[in-house]
Amino acid sequence: MTHRPYTPWLFLLPGLAVCIMFTIFPFLNMIVLAFTDASALGSGQFTGVDNFVRMAQDPKFWLAARNSLLYMVCVVPPLVLLPLLIAMLAQKIVPGIGIFRTAFFTPVIASAVVVGLIWTWLLDSRGLVNNVVEALGGTRIGFLTDSTLLLVSSMVVTVWRGLGYYMVIYLAALANVPKDLHEAAMVDGAGPVRRFWSVTVPSLRPTMVLVAALSAVNGFRVFSEIYLLSGGSGGPGGASTTMVMLIQLTGRGLTGEVGYASALSFVLFVILLGLLLITLKLNRREDQL
Amino acid sequence: MKLVLRYSALLAILAISIGPFLWQFATSIKGPNEDVFVPDFIPDDPTFGNYAAVADVVPVWTFALNSLGVASVNVITNCLGAAMAGYALARLKFRGRKLAGVIFASSILVPFEAILISLFLVMRGLGLTNTLTGVVLPGSIAALNVLLLRNAFLALPAEVEEAAVIDGANAWQRFTRLALPSVKGTLVVVALFSFMFSWDDFLWPLVVLSDQEKYTLTIGLAYLQGTFVQNQRLVAAGTIIAVLPLILLFLLLQKHFFRGVGEGAIKG
Repeated sequence: MTHRPYTPWLFLLPGLAVCIMFTIFPFLNMIVLAFTDASALGSGQFTGVDNFVRMAQDPKFWLAARNSLLYMVCVVPPLVLLPLLIAMLAQKIVPGIGIFRTAFFTPVIASAVVVGLIWTWLLDSRGLVNNVVEALGGTRIGFLTDSTLLLVSSMVVTVWRGLGYYMVIYLAALANVPKDLHEAAMVDGAGPVRRFWSVTVPSLRPTMVLVAALSAVNGFRVFSEIYLLSGGSGGPGGASTTMVMLIQLTGRGLTGEVGYASALSFVLFVILLGLLLITLKLNRREDQL
Repeated sequence: MKLVLRYSALLAILAISIGPFLWQFATSIKGPNEDVFVPDFIPDDPTFGNYAAVADVVPVWTFALNSLGVASVNVITNCLGAAMAGYALARLKFRGRKLAGVIFASSILVPFEAILISLFLVMRGLGLTNTLTGVVLPGSIAALNVLLLRNAFLALPAEVEEAAVIDGANAWQRFTRLALPSVKGTLVVVALFSFMFSWDDFLWPLVVLSDQEKYTLTIGLAYLQGTFVQNQRLVAAGTIIAVLPLILLFLLLQKHFFRGVGEGAIKG
């Protein structure tokens, strides 16, 4: 033995304590609470599946679920494709490339709050974007006052902020694409578009699946962008509320319905886990090909 | 010709990426007599007065100090705590090692949003709601960092440590003197991400904090926007205060970052 039997546990103690107290325990407790009528003040009574029955009849839940789902479906394609194109552009080492890469990554460093505030100002009814629209002969658009446009604006912000993040993932993957494949294709007379579809895309497919999964999960979890662009209200009449926002609004404060919020959290967890399992399955199929 | 095309495309994306920040900065240095709605990136009469003025309406420097404190503690606890756990998982043999690994791995699968409300109850039970300790604790040793560092320690050659064992070095000495200095690259990435994550975090501080003097920058800014939205210059100054330290920190460490990210992805 090179160490006493309890030594490893001393090394693990802080990490395990944080993990169990602040992730594992709250997670298990969330599942228990989902089947109770707990409020902010008391732990409540066991109520079986009442919370889930209520959810099925709650128009707010369906609205939030629809918004989150719509959000996810709309942000994934641009987030899979655009960062790849940017990565291909930023891959080649040319003078000043470090500056460009760093600049492209800036929106990722800035917090969702900073980004949200900047875009709230850009998309203001009298903001910069509307000034451009007007200069081009259009009429001012209520980006932040219409519930559909608010969702679309928020998606644009999410995509804008994700470009640099997924670019880095693609950059790392592109470094591993064998050069001779490209050269062979070039010898065969394949143009850049042809090479993109028949060399780059196939060899990056696992990375693209990963980016699709990450952006889907993050899209479904959206909170900050919607919160800030709507000034915390979830849009006119709360029509742009998403799942996480609904959980936060339901469970928070002295009037918080902890039981119902936990049931909503449970559904969120199941959906996200489902997304993850689908990705793993897709990845496994890739391996078999 | 090809090079011209390449640079034009790069410049176009550059404009899209940092244009919004420049516009926010331009707004933040516009004087009270200048129309902020006019699309003019260079103010006629630039002033830093808004940075002083924003502190008069909300305690923005207190917010910044709170954020700095929370982020700094988060960096230290993550680097040290995650390295210790990662070292035990990678380098020490003991019963229950698999179980410990499974606990860390499974907690990565739990989305934070799903335990938000339940975590708030835990904090209330501990009497730590509305405290900065309560803000730091849940992310203080992230399971992802534990696994990142475990992988880094696994990649180190075993021979050096075996020699140290023969020389009579105990596990703690081997950890601090041999293992830790060898994973500097990974530690920099963990530190940078921990700082960024903590500095940028919004949802958890929003839920756990209620008194204005405890606010971190992110919720302080959201509050500022809600209350003083009519003066866009002040909101702009506030956002620049929030984003500038991170940009500087990133510029300082960007070489490590792009290298560390590349390494991680290749070994992944």
